[in-house]
Amino acid sequence: MNVAPFIHARKLGKVSVDKVTLAHGGGGKAMKDLIDDVFVAAFDNRSLAPLEDQARFSLAELAGHGDQLAFTTDSFVVDPLFFPGGDIGELAVCGTINDLAVGGAKPLYLSCAVIIEEGTSIELLRKIARSMAMTAHAAGVSICTGDTKVVQRGACDKLFITTTGIGVIRRGLALEVGSARPGDVVMVNGLLGDHGAAILCARGDMALDTTIESDCACLHDLIGALLEAAPEVRFMRDATRGGLATVLNEIAEASQVAIEIDERATPIREEVKAFCEILGLDPLYLANEGKIVVIAPPEQADAALSAMRAHPLGAGAAVVGRVNRGEPGRVTMRTVFGGRRIVDMLVGEQLPRIC
Amino acid sequence: MKYVDEFRDSEKAGFLVREIEALVSTMTLPPGRPIYIMEVCGGHTHSIFRYGLEGMLPKEIELIHGPGCPVCVLPMGRVDDCVSIAENPGVIFATFGDAMRVPGSKKSLLQAKADGADVRMVYSPMDALALARKNRDREVVFFGLGFETTMPSTALTVLQAEAEEITNFSVFCNHITIVPTIKAILDSPGLQLDGFLGPGHVSMVIGTAPYEFIAKFYRKPMVVAGFEPLDILQSIWMVLKQIKDGRSEVENQYARIVPDGGNAAALQAVSRVYELREFFEWRGLGSIDHSGVKLREKYAGYDAERKFAIPNLKIADPKSCQCGEVLKGVIKPWQCKVFGSACTPEMPLGSLMVSSEGACAAYYQYGGHKSYKEAV
Repeated sequence: MNVAPFIHARKLGKVSVDKVTLAHGGGGKAMKDLIDDVFVAAFDNRSLAPLEDQARFSLAELAGHGDQLAFTTDSFVVDPLFFPGGDIGELAVCGTINDLAVGGAKPLYLSCAVIIEEGTSIELLRKIARSMAMTAHAAGVSICTGDTKVVQRGACDKLFITTTGIGVIRRGLALEVGSARPGDVVMVNGLLGDHGAAILCARGDMALDTTIESDCACLHDLIGALLEAAPEVRFMRDATRGGLATVLNEIAEASQVAIEIDERATPIREEVKAFCEILGLDPLYLANEGKIVVIAPPEQADAALSAMRAHPLGAGAAVVGRVNRGEPGRVTMRTVFGGRRIVDMLVGEQLPRIC
Repeated sequence: MKYVDEFRDSEKAGFLVREIEALVSTMTLPPGRPIYIMEVCGGHTHSIFRYGLEGMLPKEIELIHGPGCPVCVLPMGRVDDCVSIAENPGVIFATFGDAMRVPGSKKSLLQAKADGADVRMVYSPMDALALARKNRDREVVFFGLGFETTMPSTALTVLQAEAEEITNFSVFCNHITIVPTIKAILDSPGLQLDGFLGPGHVSMVIGTAPYEFIAKFYRKPMVVAGFEPLDILQSIWMVLKQIKDGRSEVENQYARIVPDGGNAAALQAVSRVYELREFFEWRGLGSIDHSGVKLREKYAGYDAERKFAIPNLKIADPKSCQCGEVLKGVIKPWQCKVFGSACTPEMPLGSLMVSSEGACAAYYQYGGHKSYKEAV
């Protein structure tokens, strides 16, 4: 798919073999051909095609979007590379766009650095680069600089991607993790835990067949609509690794407030619940790649919720809890059963229980 | 009926809590203390914390979190043995996930993995056998761990390996058995317990008859309980009712899963493959006679203890650790000298701090450094 109709000033190199070898990381013609064939051909934009050592953008153009630059980076090492609902390329673009967007920034530019294990198929790389390009294009973001390294077999697991993003925050916005106040409303934009469950299933270790797909999605558009409708929103964060529980603990700690959520109001898909039951996992800690936690002052909670629900990526938005005056830093949950429990940070990875 | 949400109904819970309160209000309490009920099984401990049950019960009832978490009662020396096997270059060491973080005297399996040992997390012993099929040039050692609940699946895997004539598979057998352990707890001096919630999934295999001695000779009520929160509340009510009526019987609340006679096929596989050890070392509880099993001579070829030179050293629990007293209900987790200071889930000293079924980790995670009732 031709994602950006830009005619190159120079002829792009072609790779003639079907697997990456150490030669493709050597800095010579093989490397140039690989970059051209796989990445430039897919990403295809004005900044990248001349292959300067850096992307350049006009300050005046940036300033047109706001008065603060947002800058973030993230590495992606997901196994498997392709999973129901997405792949590492889509994830690498969405993840960094979301990290910009939750700060209220309009995402503009991404870099893409890849570390490739020798022996990886060129066709697989093409597929992933195309997926990155399509995701970035749909988000109106350009991938404008990058780096390619090839390492020996075993030195990395097939493919690692690092994306760095630049965005601009519009004047007047100040979303801060320490700004939650008692009485504030805690919301999410939909079903929790899909990504974590989809990845665990896709690894095939559990021999469980499910229909769960990753929720991987770029949220800048939803967040834009949300901030339009409820500009006083205090803070939001994407609930990636560590899930809802971890984000809530971060907010409670930074704002020195207590948060209580209601298990009954927390949207979790039946399949994900069942999956967690079988394996002894807690869905509150499962990763998401298309879900944000929003803290809104009570007077704007309705507006924020309606704005999210009006967007396709927020159709399942729900109020899950409230900020209160309890012990600072403490997150609790009213259980479906009517009891209360503490929801703490996880120490390490969630490990399935024996019995 | 999905057998999930039906057992988490908050209206029914409210009803049961009121029934429990009503019953307690008519009972004579033991002098100077609440009624102590021990849930033997770690699965119950997990549910109790997961659903906030302690906070719902009247203060006249206190739950004691017993020894039924196989990860929590694993002594350091056995973890060292695991590490020693796993560090053999030709070995793939397969284990259930939550055993990976249990501290040995030098390192845990997770640390051994980081140091280069090939340690793999599996969900079933059959997954370990599949690894053996796929890696014929490596010895796959499965860390057999757990009570009677997991014992049959390990036994069946050994029988399957034998049937397929797979020779690069063995079991490091640390399976333990619940009945001698309950007996050891009942015999320990200074113990104050008024009744038991019996382990549901163990009983699914062994049935309810093996607990009769508890009712007959120790005069303690025992109710075999399911794992959903309503199961647990109902079972607590049943224990209280026995106390109130002056009865001590073995009752089965979990009859939808537990046949009184147990599972004959599972028991047959168990007795085919294992025999009792003379004694087995437990973390915090010391050595308990006939509380562990090993593979029979006939299956020596699948026994990692015979295939590998295992250090088999007895490592004393750290002195400051009071896991044993917590396991027996003599002290509460937060009363331990090192709880939350030298012993935390990040750096567990005692294994009760490791698994989410361990009383200490559960209190630490769900209750902070204070008693659960104070904290929430």
